[in-house]
Amino acid sequence: MSLDTATVRRVAALARIRLEEAEVARLQAELNGILGWIEQLRSVDTEGVEPMAGGAPRGGPTRMPMREDVVTEGNIRELILANAPDREGDFFAVPKVVE
Amino acid sequence: MSAATYTIEGRTGPWELVIGLEVHAQVISKAKLFSGAATAFGAEPNTQVSFVDAGFPGMLPVINRECVAQAVRTGLGLNAEINLWSRFDRKNYFYADLPQGYQISQYAHPIVGRGAVEIELADGTTRRIGITRLHLEQDAGKSLHDQHPTKTFVDLNRAGIALMEIVSEPDMRSPEEAGAFLAKLRQIMRYLGTCDGNMEEGSLRADVNVSVRRPGEGYRTRCEVKNINSIRFVMQAIEAEARRQIAVWEEGGEVEQETRLFDTARGLTRSMRSKEEAHDYRYFPDPDLPPLVLDPAWVEELRRTLPELPDQRKARYMREFGLPAYDASVLVAEKETAAYFEEVARGRDPKLAANWVMGDLFAALNRTKRTIADPPVSARDLGALLDLITDGTLSGKLAKEVFEAMVETGRPPAAIVEERGLRQVTDAGAIEAAVEKVLAAHADKVAEYKAGKEKLFGFFVGQVMKAMAGKGNPALVNAALKRKLG
Repeated sequence: MSLDTATVRRVAALARIRLEEAEVARLQAELNGILGWIEQLRSVDTEGVEPMAGGAPRGGPTRMPMREDVVTEGNIRELILANAPDREGDFFAVPKVVE
Repeated sequence: MSAATYTIEGRTGPWELVIGLEVHAQVISKAKLFSGAATAFGAEPNTQVSFVDAGFPGMLPVINRECVAQAVRTGLGLNAEINLWSRFDRKNYFYADLPQGYQISQYAHPIVGRGAVEIELADGTTRRIGITRLHLEQDAGKSLHDQHPTKTFVDLNRAGIALMEIVSEPDMRSPEEAGAFLAKLRQIMRYLGTCDGNMEEGSLRADVNVSVRRPGEGYRTRCEVKNINSIRFVMQAIEAEARRQIAVWEEGGEVEQETRLFDTARGLTRSMRSKEEAHDYRYFPDPDLPPLVLDPAWVEELRRTLPELPDQRKARYMREFGLPAYDASVLVAEKETAAYFEEVARGRDPKLAANWVMGDLFAALNRTKRTIADPPVSARDLGALLDLITDGTLSGKLAKEVFEAMVETGRPPAAIVEERGLRQVTDAGAIEAAVEKVLAAHADKVAEYKAGKEKLFGFFVGQVMKAMAGKGNPALVNAALKRKLG
């Protein structure tokens, strides 16, 4: 399996990464290398093996831990907003997005 | 015999509608789905946000047990399969109110599978609407676009609150059915206490999938109208979108699958900017979260402690109280109405209670623009009024007068009866005296009556009641008149 340059551009666009034209060929080669490695994993015989999710096979002992429904966090607005590139009053501010 | 299929008449003939709904319902819980931040509506911006909700690096989500329980309860209320093994996936997209860059959702393995609900239509027929699935996911933050000329403001208080997405089968065939289905979901969740159903505050929102077809055809291409926040708008949006599609087909065009918005002011749907890639969510299993495994005994416990659901309650009203189906439906529609009715009916004649709640009380609510949750007359006071009718203190007519005074003053009926001297006169002597006086004053009419003009009886009743300021017991007045006129 190999990616064409259009797919490389599309993956970059989905990830909001700007690609210079010169980078496309290099990234195409890198991504194809990674895919080749995954292709190699596919040669392992997984017949009859349950797929895993979150590192836990179905039917296995690992399950999601749960928290109780108690408010334990909040009121840290200044910490939350501290790294924002832009803020207005108590809000995050971003370039206007309107549907 | 099933009702005729709803169709819209196009230029070239009739068209049927095929409708499916995706409903987003905010879960009632104190804390968010994967964090310990509060969910209360209306807090100061960005005060109910944890580092998990704000998508800070290195934070790990931990699920809230109550949110899981609420999803299970809702699944049980929808007569659906509960999946003891389910899983969370990441739905990837970029938007300013989604700080993680992905929504934690359930794609391949939802917590609730197939179910069904029954809806009732205005003509009394019922229809079964299939539920495809229900899954848990995070809500996004809130964007405010109207606060600044060039900037959008973002409040993350809502980010991470638990949502249930409920997906129906494409089983609805008219705007009315879709409206009834949404109303039914809302009613079930409000009875269960799993979603407050407040559509103005956005606790319940619907996406509508609509397509049209010629009678007898298979499915044609559908469009999704997103984010509608009232039952009325759902019905309007479906009709508007169906008419648009019919026009496209009839002009020889092709309906394209796309996402649209309903413009409530113009009553039309319009296309959202639909870049193809905007819908490539690249779902994959969330590596931060092991599978969600439910203990069957816990699910059974939730089933056992489920409150009475609207359909069961309606059946009980018909069975135990002998109420007609229509009355029972009206009384169970809102759980607050049902609670009010039950308090009035307790230990009293349920039909009398139903008549007063659905008649005089509903009229008073309309007139005073108040709700059953904040009524001008409490259930206790209305019950006391019914007692005064039953024990003969008040005639039906006087009771209505007392009720109006209760609405105005908010005072209990006994106090109003005393203050205004509205007590019905049942004293035989007083009634007899009033009757004799009236007959003496109208000797000519008495003679006519005795000569055969029997319809004058009503005239005498009216005169006696008038003489008694409307307080004479009607049955006793009638009896006394009959005796005297012999």
